[in-house]
Amino acid sequence: MSKINFLKPNKENINTFLYMGSFLFVISVFDVFLNSFFSLNITGFLPSSLSFIIPLILGFIGLHFIRIEHSGYKFLDLVNKNINTNNFNAILSLLIIFIIIKSTPPILSWFVVDASFAGESKDVCSGTGACWTYIKVWFRRFMYGMYPNAEQWRINLSFIALALLGSVGFFATEKFKKFLTLYYVVIYPFIAFLFIFFFISGGPVFFDFSYGIIAAVISIIIGFFIPSKFKFYYFIFVPITLYIALKYFIFYEELIELGKLDGLNWVETGAWGGLSLTFIISFFCLIFCFPIGMAFALGRRSDFPLIRYISIGFIEFWRGVPLITVLFMSAVMFPMFLPADFFIDKLVRCIIAISLFEAAYVAEVIRGGLQALPRGQYEAAKSLGMGYWRMHIFVILPQALKLVIPGIANTFLALVKDTPLIFVVGLLEIVGMLNLAKTNPEWLGFAMEGYVFAAIIFWIICYAMSKYSYNLEQKYKTER
Amino acid sequence: MNLKLQKILPQLVTVLVVVLVFGFFTYNAQINMENRGIDFGYGFLSQESSFDVQFSLIEYDGSHSYFRAYLVGLLNTILVSVIGIIFATILGVIVGVARLSPNYLINQFAAFYVEFFRNIPLLLQIFFWYFAALRALPLPQDADPILGVFFLTIKGLYVPAFIWENLNVFLYSIVAAIIAIVVIRIHARKVQETEGKQLPVFWISLGLIFILPLLSFLMGGVGLSFEIPKLKQLATTSFIYEGGVSLPPELIALTLSLALYTATFIAECVRAGIQGVGKGQKEAAASIGLNPNQVLKLVVMPQALRIIIPPTTNQYLNLTKNSSLAAAIAYPDLVLVFAGTALMQTGKAIEIVSITMLTYLSLSISISILMNWYNKKIAIKEK
Repeated sequence: MSKINFLKPNKENINTFLYMGSFLFVISVFDVFLNSFFSLNITGFLPSSLSFIIPLILGFIGLHFIRIEHSGYKFLDLVNKNINTNNFNAILSLLIIFIIIKSTPPILSWFVVDASFAGESKDVCSGTGACWTYIKVWFRRFMYGMYPNAEQWRINLSFIALALLGSVGFFATEKFKKFLTLYYVVIYPFIAFLFIFFFISGGPVFFDFSYGIIAAVISIIIGFFIPSKFKFYYFIFVPITLYIALKYFIFYEELIELGKLDGLNWVETGAWGGLSLTFIISFFCLIFCFPIGMAFALGRRSDFPLIRYISIGFIEFWRGVPLITVLFMSAVMFPMFLPADFFIDKLVRCIIAISLFEAAYVAEVIRGGLQALPRGQYEAAKSLGMGYWRMHIFVILPQALKLVIPGIANTFLALVKDTPLIFVVGLLEIVGMLNLAKTNPEWLGFAMEGYVFAAIIFWIICYAMSKYSYNLEQKYKTER
Repeated sequence: MNLKLQKILPQLVTVLVVVLVFGFFTYNAQINMENRGIDFGYGFLSQESSFDVQFSLIEYDGSHSYFRAYLVGLLNTILVSVIGIIFATILGVIVGVARLSPNYLINQFAAFYVEFFRNIPLLLQIFFWYFAALRALPLPQDADPILGVFFLTIKGLYVPAFIWENLNVFLYSIVAAIIAIVVIRIHARKVQETEGKQLPVFWISLGLIFILPLLSFLMGGVGLSFEIPKLKQLATTSFIYEGGVSLPPELIALTLSLALYTATFIAECVRAGIQGVGKGQKEAAASIGLNPNQVLKLVVMPQALRIIIPPTTNQYLNLTKNSSLAAAIAYPDLVLVFAGTALMQTGKAIEIVSITMLTYLSLSISISILMNWYNKKIAIKEK
């Protein structure tokens, strides 16, 4: 047995070092553990300042002793490689272990042990822990806002139906797979809109948009006979003109009478709120901002200078201002820009504002993808005789979008996280409802529980979204 | 002819649509304003504002003009953004480096931090800090001093104020130190290029920046004393601290949440940047005899910065724009003071919202110009 050098642990005395080192390390962790879980202080006889750093010193010496390279023990090598490469790392590892041990008991006791779950009123919440009763009592408000309790099944039913319709893609057979894009881009949003318009909003629905449907149907039918050269301009101008003509000149009274159907009780959008409103707004903004963003991304890379400058102006404007001022604009300034008798609902204005805002970010992300494509792709598509639209739809965009899945997912995440800002226009989704509940005189002092609850919900949604985008990215990854 | 038409027609159509939409809006705005008897104009900026602002960097009360109120809001916004950017950068770089640490515990801890804070809406975090966390702080009379001079209470953080004598001499000494350092750097580079010797520039600079200001204290007649906040009783249960500088809880909550939130994004940028530098670069640098410090300073950092800076600029811009969430907790920033109170009082919606938006636009554009300039400076100079 050779002489032991305590400053340089070596392989010859590995057992001695191993026993001493692990003993010291375990002692230090055990001290902190006892201290935080059972408030026992085994080093209490020392001065208080010293007893605080004693475990750190003991652990540090212990880790120093067991730092032996190529020891032959698999577990020891693993530990050394991962948390114990040098003195600095050892101290940091110890600190993190101690922080975790120290913070577990208070968090656990606040969340579970001392928390109150039962009861219906504030009286049960006298402990030091969280008052989950508060969440339980206010649960409906946090989920549905001021939506009447008796009507909430409408929201549930709509959401379940839409979730089922949305999952169609997973069950589609090969035969229907090619229609999925059309389904998700056009049909599904339309169904969702109908659900929300007729089911969640309800009321004697006035078919104002029946003009729109008629105009669309007529223009599509005529559209088949228009030569393909002018189809693009035709579809830009004719449907809108037709709609305006129908609405203002051919005033078709019977149509309005026809449209007045007695249905479910009308619930105005001001009463909507809570988590369901978060979902509604995020859903529509996601759907709208994507095509708008794509259009502006293409516009920014267009060969026509005027279109390019307009797109640059649009994108840079929205990217330069904060969302809160955009919502301010939609609330106080936008009504000034519309005819006096023309009223757009607060919620719709919000959705338009957020969609335009996020569209600018989506545009920049997609532009990045377009720029990353090699020129050869454009040239190859052109040499096959494809026109601008055909080339983009079948060759360029599918590749570019694949490249920017992470960027788009980030933008969508930002969108979901931005929805609480609608408090500016007076719509209260879950965070807004929390702030309202917090000021209720019967339930003062439970702000923390509310925010923690909302944070958990948002965290789950956002984390799931980011993981899903990661999966998509892996799925569509192609070697080039 | 046909080709020319094909080029011009789409542009014409787009411009026509844009002009029509804008024309429609302006026409409506005019009619609406006529109907409501509002006249358009920026004359209100010089009128007396007659509202008070809680926290302002420049002297302000109700007798000042709306323009002055605008400046108060703008300065508060800039204050929050600058403090937030500084803290977010420090924290972000630390966390970003920690995520690449070989230590499993450290990189998992950093990853946990990033995943936790960036998946919770910023507004919720601000509310949490302001309404829940900072409300749990002690009242002024119960507060224990931190390091003897700082008081963290429910009414804000009180820190000692500096009281300078002959401040200008001190500033001159700092300027002199900076000039001396620049001169020495140029000289050191020349020496290295001609003779191949390396001067200890870092230590000389460090010495200069400490010694010259120190000399100004000893010989220049510069004096520095601290005004420590003292507890003062206003009424039987109402206490307040007097003296020193007080930072309102709104400011603390806002900078804290902005920094914690933005740091997660900066950390990701830093991580991507460092990972983006090829392993071969480090090995090549080591093989020509550079020591680890030199490898980091001369080879890795310049290349990593090139990748880090553009996305980090975006995060700085985002932080500046996100500082407008201040309005939610009544921190008097540009949105609250100008687009909130001033708008309510004057009713000049179009003017005020447009000024606010233009201000943010120019703030964003100036930050991005600054960072573009820096980016260009460090970009690869290809010949």
